[in-house]
Amino acid sequence: MSAIRAARNAGYTGIPRWVLAVAVVAAALIVLPLVAIIARVDWPRFLPLVTSPESLDALGLSLRTSTASTFLCLVLGVPLALVLARSQFRGQRLLRALVLLPLVLPPVVGGLALLYTFGRQGLLGSTLSVLGIQIAFSTAAVVIAQTFVALPFLVVSLEGALRTAGSRYEAVAATLGARPWTVLRRVTLPLVLPGLASGAVLSFARSLGEFGATLTFAGSLQGVTRTLPLEIYLQREADPDAAVALSLVLLLVAVTVVAIAYRSPQRGAA
Amino acid sequence: MKPLAKAAAVVLLLAALTGCGSAGTGVPASGKNDDGGTLTVFAAASLRSTFIELAERFEAKHPGVDVRFSFAGSSDLVSQISQGAPADVFAAADTATMTRLQDAQLTESAPVAFATNTLAIAVPPGNPAEVQSYSDLARPGLKLVACAAQVPCGAAAKKIATETGMALAPVSEENSVTDVLGKVISGEADAGLVYATDIRTAGEKVEGIDFPESAGAVNSYPIAAVKGTPNKAAADAFIALATGAQGRQVLADAGFGQP
Repeated sequence: MSAIRAARNAGYTGIPRWVLAVAVVAAALIVLPLVAIIARVDWPRFLPLVTSPESLDALGLSLRTSTASTFLCLVLGVPLALVLARSQFRGQRLLRALVLLPLVLPPVVGGLALLYTFGRQGLLGSTLSVLGIQIAFSTAAVVIAQTFVALPFLVVSLEGALRTAGSRYEAVAATLGARPWTVLRRVTLPLVLPGLASGAVLSFARSLGEFGATLTFAGSLQGVTRTLPLEIYLQREADPDAAVALSLVLLLVAVTVVAIAYRSPQRGAA
Repeated sequence: MKPLAKAAAVVLLLAALTGCGSAGTGVPASGKNDDGGTLTVFAAASLRSTFIELAERFEAKHPGVDVRFSFAGSSDLVSQISQGAPADVFAAADTATMTRLQDAQLTESAPVAFATNTLAIAVPPGNPAEVQSYSDLARPGLKLVACAAQVPCGAAAKKIATETGMALAPVSEENSVTDVLGKVISGEADAGLVYATDIRTAGEKVEGIDFPESAGAVNSYPIAAVKGTPNKAAADAFIALATGAQGRQVLADAGFGQP
């Protein structure tokens, strides 16, 4: 349906009619399942289902961990995107490819990789336990799993924005005597702010939906590691209606996030 | 090619629904029924190794019949069958799950109990936390992983906790016994509550500890033909094999109890 509207807005663009027809089918493939899940919601029980202690714990945990991992993505991702976009070094292409890997990696593989890194018997496990830090089965494990899968979204968005913005203004600022930190703070970051914002929103959304890596790496315990997707996965075993109700909550959050992510570049540019 | 063709049929159906089917061709007839020689068995994940062995014997005795499996959590399988998944035989890890299928009027024959299973404690090799008994599981600081109460293995653990009056505080409540075992094998957990048969299947990767309290929660495994199966004869033959002397032997070898 959105495809039709888009075509109308664009006026005549010379698209063959059959292309439009296929586009409608493509849209239906995505929209129809969403409609189906809304149709399955048990409305009289909806409010009790989504406000049960288990659901509220899961929702609260999801929001807290996703906020934390988005923050981590910003702290870690901005420098990484800057290095990838603004400097040149051997192995840069390889590094970029590796950084993008979590985008295409099955989350359960990511979870296993994290387990063998931060787990008790993992690469860093013994070092961490000497320091008295135990990651497995903790909320920190959830945040690490979410950051692992969400970081590429921020890096890709920001690196793209940095390349599009170019470095002319930065060069001018530098010739006027600005130090690199000042250039970064006063010129570069304000220029790419819309890209940064949409990257952060996408990272938040990806964190919110994280499932496979969390289940493999962090476990599942109410209020500690059982985020909303894990709660949905568990409820589906016993009470499918609860799973559907919670799915709708996640769906609404996702719609909101996508709406924000796709509006912010235009608003920022205006 | 066949899965792709099915996906294509779904897309064409969407096209028809959205009124965009290209003129003339129409929707092709859905895949021809060539399932005559295939028996599809949906079985609880804990039955994997035994049922694969039974299938080999079955196929040797019934040449021309190809046994296909879907192993998953029992609850998941019931949901899939309710949504029209093409199963001929269903074997569950507890009676409650089978009852759900019966309530949905989706069983062809009355379920038959063919095996039992009890919980046991799985620990990583060497038993680093020195777990010896059920009461050790309640020790503070011990990282215990169990199933969530919503799935059969978790329901059994909960029953034992209620009967002994000793509540456990797992660091994680997993969706399936396989997930629990995974956390023990990787050494993340000090102990896990799994089925006795899972410990045998895992071999050297874990050590098992039986505990007398487990007798308080014995899971009975029922098997039944699924309503509307086009392979009723083959389905009945497979059920007869699983519930018969050969089936008992294979199941007993894997650590299952007699029903």
